[in-house]
Amino acid sequence: MKGISKSFVGNKVLHEVDFEVKSGEVHALLGENGAGKSTLMKILTGIYARDEGEVLVKGEPVHFQNTKESEEKGIAVIHQELNIIPYLTVMENMFLGREIKYGKTGFINKKKMIEKSKEYLGQLGVEIDPLTPAKELSVGQQQMVEIAKALSLNAELIVMDEPTAALTDREIERLFEVIDRLRSKGVGVVYISHRMEEIFKICDRISVLRDGEYIGTRDVEGADYDEIIRMLVGRQLGTLFPERETVVGSIRMKVDKLSSDIFQDVSFELKEGEILGVAGLMGAGRSEIMEALFGYREVQSGKVYINGKETKINNPLDAIKAGIGFVTEDRKEEGLVLSMSVRENFTLTNLKDRSNYSVISNQKERDFVNGMIERFNVKTSGMEQEVKSLSGGNQQKIVIGKWLGINPKILILDEPTRGVDIGAKKEIYQIMNELTQQGVSIIMISSELPEVLGMSDRILVIHEGQISAELNRDEADQEKIMYAATGGE
Amino acid sequence: MKGKSLGYILQRLGPLLGLMAIVIVLSIMSPQFLDLDNLFNVLRQISIIALLAFGMTFVILTGGIDLSVGSTLALAGALTAGFMASGIDPILAVLLGVIAGAVMGAFNGVIIAKGNVAPFIATLATMTIFRGLTLVYTDGRPITGFTDSVAFDMIGKGYFFGIPVPVIMMFVIFAILLFVLKKTVFGRHVYALGGNEEASILSGVKVNRVKIWVYSLTGALSALAGIILTSRLGSAAPNAGFTYELDAIAAVVLGGTSLSGGRGWIFGTLIGALIIGVLNNGLNLLGVSSNYQQIVKGGVILLAVLLDRQKSS
Repeated sequence: MKGISKSFVGNKVLHEVDFEVKSGEVHALLGENGAGKSTLMKILTGIYARDEGEVLVKGEPVHFQNTKESEEKGIAVIHQELNIIPYLTVMENMFLGREIKYGKTGFINKKKMIEKSKEYLGQLGVEIDPLTPAKELSVGQQQMVEIAKALSLNAELIVMDEPTAALTDREIERLFEVIDRLRSKGVGVVYISHRMEEIFKICDRISVLRDGEYIGTRDVEGADYDEIIRMLVGRQLGTLFPERETVVGSIRMKVDKLSSDIFQDVSFELKEGEILGVAGLMGAGRSEIMEALFGYREVQSGKVYINGKETKINNPLDAIKAGIGFVTEDRKEEGLVLSMSVRENFTLTNLKDRSNYSVISNQKERDFVNGMIERFNVKTSGMEQEVKSLSGGNQQKIVIGKWLGINPKILILDEPTRGVDIGAKKEIYQIMNELTQQGVSIIMISSELPEVLGMSDRILVIHEGQISAELNRDEADQEKIMYAATGGE
Repeated sequence: MKGKSLGYILQRLGPLLGLMAIVIVLSIMSPQFLDLDNLFNVLRQISIIALLAFGMTFVILTGGIDLSVGSTLALAGALTAGFMASGIDPILAVLLGVIAGAVMGAFNGVIIAKGNVAPFIATLATMTIFRGLTLVYTDGRPITGFTDSVAFDMIGKGYFFGIPVPVIMMFVIFAILLFVLKKTVFGRHVYALGGNEEASILSGVKVNRVKIWVYSLTGALSALAGIILTSRLGSAAPNAGFTYELDAIAAVVLGGTSLSGGRGWIFGTLIGALIIGVLNNGLNLLGVSSNYQQIVKGGVILLAVLLDRQKSS
C-alpha cells in the first residue's frame, strides 16, 4: 500500500500512509486507538474506498470494491469479534456460503466437507472434530477455525485484529505456533495488537501509525523498545507506572474461607489505600472470586468482613451499599449500556445521589458528569454522545468513573487496561494511584505481569481456584508469579 | 459527528413528519377531516389504543413484549361491570378494576422475571388465560345494565370544557409517563435494563423489580382502557379488545421505539397511535371499505419500518 490517504467528512484520518507485507512475514501494525489502523485495513480489504494512493497485491494494482473481491485475491481478516455462528458445527462454519455439494444439486457432500475441514485444521496442527458445534469450542479454538477457514480460501495474507485479546495464556502459545506455521507456509500476517511483549515475541517487523500518519518501520530484531514507544506516542511517555507512595493503613476487608463450586477456601485481607494485585492464568477463578465478593455469584460458604463487621452481600446492590465498586472484565457486555449516552452511563450506579426523591436532578447529574469527563480527560464530543462510538480507552474511563460515583471504599478492577491504548493506560494507573492516596482500597486482576508488578503493593496468585502464593511488592518477580500461577510449589 | 446528529434528529422527527404528511393529504382529500368535532373524535378513538400502547412502550423498552393487554382490557372491563352489577359503588368498582389489571400485569411480570420465561411466551399464555377467564366470568355474554351512575358514564362519554374525558385522561397519563421515563430513576432503569441487562444488574439495578413494575403498570393501563370502553359502550363484552395488542405494538413501532429494547420514547408512541387513528378516520371519511383499510394500515407500518431502517443504516 503506497501513499494511502482517506478523509471522512473533511476529516483526514489517513495521510499518505505506506505499508507493505512480504510473504512469510509477520508484520505488526502498531498505533494508539484512533491512529488509523482499522481504516487502513478496511481500505486494504475494500470496505472503504481510498481517496489517494494505490494498493498492490504481488505488484499488481488492485481496486477492491468489497471484501469478496479482496478475499478472491487471497486477503482474509480475522476480526476481534469472531464471525462464528454458535449453533452450526465447525465444518458448517468453515464452509458457510460455499458448501461442497454433489455436482450441481443442492445436496451437501458431508463426507467431502469433513475431509477438507480436517485437512485445513491439520495444516494448523490443531485437533478439532469438524462436527463439534461451534459454541462448545473455546474462544481460542473458534479463532483456529477462522484461521483454517482463511486457509481454505487460499489466503496469502491474513490480517489479525487483536487476536489475543480474549485468549488464555495457553491459547496464546498455541496461536503463536500456528502463526509460525503460517509464516513457514509463506503466508503474510498483519498482526494488530496493543501488547508489546507479544509483538516482540512473534513479529518480524513493526510499522507504526500515529494520528493517521506513517511514522516508520523497524525490524524487530535489534529494535529498541523505548524507541518504538516514542514512535507510538510521539512524546516521551516517562515511566508508565506512577511512583507508589501511599501509606497502607488498617484492614478494610477480610475474606475468610470463601468457597464456591469454582474456588475453595479463599482467605485474604485488604488494607486501606492498598493495591492488591491478583495474578493467575485465565480460568483460574480470579474473576469468579471477585464476582462472588460483589454478590453476582453464589457462594457455598465463607464470610466477608468489612471494617471488622461481618457483611452479607447477596446481590450487587448490597455490595454497592457496602461501598464496593466492580469494574468488570468485559466492558461491552457487563460494563456499559452501549445504547446509552456518556452521561447516562456515568450515573447508572449512582443515580440516587443525583436525584431528589427518585427524581433525577439535571443539575446534579450534569455537574457530576462534567467533573468526571474533566477528571478522566475523556475524549468525547459531549456528554450526550453514545458510548458505543468512543474508543476502548475512553469507554474504560467511563466504567471506572461510574464506580467513583458511589464513592467506593473498595474498588475491584478486572483487567482494567485490556484493549486500552498506552496513553489511556497511563492515565488509568495515575487515577488508581490517586484513589489509593484518598484511602480507597483496590483489588486489581490482571493478566499482564508488568502491570501487576508495577502497580501492586501485594500480589495474590490464584491457581485452580485457590490462592497459591501471596507475595510482597519487593519480593515478587515475573518468575515467582508464573511459578505459582502454573501450580509450582 | 454533525452528520450523525442530523440523522438522529431525522429519526426522531420521522414519525411526526409522517403524521403531518398524512394529515395534510387527508385534509385536502376530505374537507370534514379538519373539523374540531372530527379531530376530537379521532382523539377519543385512539385514547384506548394509546393507553395500551403507553404501557407497551415501557415493556418494549425493557426488551420485552406484552401480548395480554387486549385480554386484560376485557377481563378488567368485565370485572368492573360485574362489581357494579353486584352493588359496589361505581368509583370503588373502577378502582378495584384498575387494581385487578395491575395484579394481572404483576402476574406476567413475576412469571417473566422470577420464572425466567420469555415475555412473548409468558404473555401469549396469559393472553389466552385472561380471555378464557373473561368468557367464564361473563358466561360468554356481554354484561349490560349494570349501573345508572352518571359518574361512570362520564368516563367514556363525558366532556370537560368541551373536550372528551378519555382524551383528557390520555393526555394526563401521557404527561405523567413522559415525566416518569425522562426524569425518574425508575425510567432510567427501564432504558438501562433494555439496553444491557447484565450491565444493569452489575450496576445495582434491581432488574426483576423493574420488570414486575413495568408489567403491572401495563396491566393497570389496560384495565383503565377497558373501563373507558365499558363506560362508552354501556356494556362489557367478552370479546372486547380482541387483537388490540397488535395495534398497540404497531403504535409503539411506528413511533420509532426499537423492539430490541433500550431505545425509544413515549412521545413517538403517541404519534404512532395518532397515525393509526388518523388513518382509520380518514379512510372512513373517504368511504374506503374496511377491508382495504387493513391493507393500507399494514402498508403504512411496513413503510415506516423500512424508512427507519434506511435512516439508521
